[in-house]
Amino acid sequence: MKLLLKGGRVIDPAAGLDEPREVLIDGDKIQTLLPPGGRAEGAEVIEVSGCWVVPGLIDMHVHLREPGEEYKETVATGAAEAAAGGFTAVACMANTRPVNDNASVTDYILEKARAAGKARVYPVGAVSKGLLGEGLAEMGELVDHGCVALSDDGHPVASAALMRCALEYCLALGVPILSHPEEKSLSEGGSMNEGEWSTRLGLRPIPAAAEEVMVARDILLAELTGGKLHLQHLSTAGSVRLVREAKARGIKITAETCPHYFTLTDAAVKGYDPNFKMNPPLRSVADREAVIAGLADGTLDAIASDHAPHSPVEKDVEFDLAANGIVGLATILPLSLRLVEEGKITPARLVELLSVNPARILGVAGGSLRPGSLADVTVIDPAAEWTVDKAKFLSKSRNTPFDGWKVRGRAKMALVGGKAV
Amino acid sequence: MERKLKIKSLLDLDSLDRDGITHILDTAAGMKEINERAIKKVPTLKGRTQINLFFEPSTRTRTSFEIAGKRLSADVLNFSPSSSSLTKGETTIDTVKNLEAMAPDIIVVRHKSAGAAEMISRHTPVPVINAGDGAHAHPTQGLLDLFAVRDRLGKIEGLNVTIVGDIANSRVARSNIIGFSTMGAKVTVCGPPPLIPAGMDALGVRVSHNLDEAIEGADVVMMLRIQLERGAGGRFPSSREYSVRYGLNARRAEKMKPGAVIMHPGPINRGVEISPEVADGDRSIILYQVEVGVAVRMALLYLLCGGGDEVTA
Repeated sequence: MKLLLKGGRVIDPAAGLDEPREVLIDGDKIQTLLPPGGRAEGAEVIEVSGCWVVPGLIDMHVHLREPGEEYKETVATGAAEAAAGGFTAVACMANTRPVNDNASVTDYILEKARAAGKARVYPVGAVSKGLLGEGLAEMGELVDHGCVALSDDGHPVASAALMRCALEYCLALGVPILSHPEEKSLSEGGSMNEGEWSTRLGLRPIPAAAEEVMVARDILLAELTGGKLHLQHLSTAGSVRLVREAKARGIKITAETCPHYFTLTDAAVKGYDPNFKMNPPLRSVADREAVIAGLADGTLDAIASDHAPHSPVEKDVEFDLAANGIVGLATILPLSLRLVEEGKITPARLVELLSVNPARILGVAGGSLRPGSLADVTVIDPAAEWTVDKAKFLSKSRNTPFDGWKVRGRAKMALVGGKAV
Repeated sequence: MERKLKIKSLLDLDSLDRDGITHILDTAAGMKEINERAIKKVPTLKGRTQINLFFEPSTRTRTSFEIAGKRLSADVLNFSPSSSSLTKGETTIDTVKNLEAMAPDIIVVRHKSAGAAEMISRHTPVPVINAGDGAHAHPTQGLLDLFAVRDRLGKIEGLNVTIVGDIANSRVARSNIIGFSTMGAKVTVCGPPPLIPAGMDALGVRVSHNLDEAIEGADVVMMLRIQLERGAGGRFPSSREYSVRYGLNARRAEKMKPGAVIMHPGPINRGVEISPEVADGDRSIILYQVEVGVAVRMALLYLLCGGGDEVTA
């Protein structure tokens, strides 16, 4: 079965391509890219003029809540939301109940993902047993069963010795450690960024240094071990600077940020809506600008949603008692497209941040439309104007601060292995 | 006299301008007269129901609100969930919805979470008075402090107000910073650096870490308690050292400007932030704050839940 995506603009930075092309797909592979007007005998033609055709987007940081908190999200609903938002693959964190620190949980998640048949789901295994930060989980077996990375996300690996050990052990496994950088003794009890707004609102502050201290530590440990370190959800100017300096010194690390950190600031917490509460917290205007600069200059490698579904039970409460996190799969693409619209990044850079680099960091297929590649393809209509309506989310949860936002650009289609999902 | 404020609920002092604050203080002046009579009761809020919903323990503020309501003839109920609503399995919003179903006319809320009063007000049509939410705001304390200063010093505009102590954990400090600044006073905060929160300059507040310097030229010196229950204790070496460096003692009080007053929102820790002779001395208006607190709260109950025809009947 052949498919021809006709009339689109192909943006494939991995191949250095940003030109009109017809994309011919054969089964689950990209067969070839034809010049505009090219035809393919017997192929089903899908008209995508005015659209961008890009390698399938990969959200390397989501929480799918299954097993254990299926009232918030399941693998099936999360994978469906991902596909609807233009993502052909997601990497789901290990803080399920039970924790994904053993192969049976990994198998369970992969089985649910197969049954759902939506976006690909790449499980991320735990670094430490039970995410307790004490002994290492059986990382080798987790990887053998399909975990693409290891992370205690949600919790930092507090012990520098354990983090060192994890980075070293992973050298033999070839997978990265995804680090949630947070020095708990500085952030404990806090619920928003430290600054004018935390003072005005009387909320316990979390200093930027709570993140930066751990970013600095992890960079030093990456340097010591040569391990594959990826820093998650960076939110501060200091973190961006530390990563920039480390990369300039030749240390092989990667880093991500999330749409809320380049879209919102801590002033949004006024009103105490827990949909503006996440960890790390929304930061200052200067931090937001530094994050955008980091995305533009290559310091930051990826944009991930940190999709964190919660129900009203966790969110319709006092701000300081509310759970951290927001859903993001439905909004990550349009919010990222705002950066393109504002001229901060090019469309090709956007594709690097949302596809090429996540594929490379996680070592998974995708990230390019070169002939012979897996036919994971996203078609984006960059001009589509729409309003975010949380009632229409496919996710089980509605905890978004972006409800009602007028945005531009949305996924028209996501193909996973050549099939529309 | 205009009977209503332009706000549904009193959640903080940010939402009041100079006219609004002045209106409340003027209304309170009328209420103060009632408190000075032999029969301290008027029928203004007869038939109205006031619920004091205190999620966090309080004696002074709850009592003040209760007396204020009773002097206006409101039916006053005190409801204090014994433990936090979450441990009981009922959310704060559910608790409020249950109370709302019993048709109160005003709810006075004290809660340990910043923003709780605002959240409650968002979920009910009943007017809410914030009687203290976490480290965010304590607007009735701020207003009674403004009233006490205006009454004793004759004005607020142009005064130098120094607030000393655990600013980081203090809702009283925040409401006073906003209130005094709105009324045209110049505010300085003083304390050890770990107890001074970020962003003071953005609030237009001067910061000092030296008490002797900070009280020089001050018309008002407001001492705050160290909130050990909010973890302030770990931010300085000892109560002994704190008291030496930041306690208001007789030696320091003597150097204050003639006519300057000493305030404290209470409860005071004698011998820590304030020495007994200063707390009980001539400059102290600490008990006067408590006294006028009732009048200020009467004014707010009246202005927010509406009264009869005559305020001071």
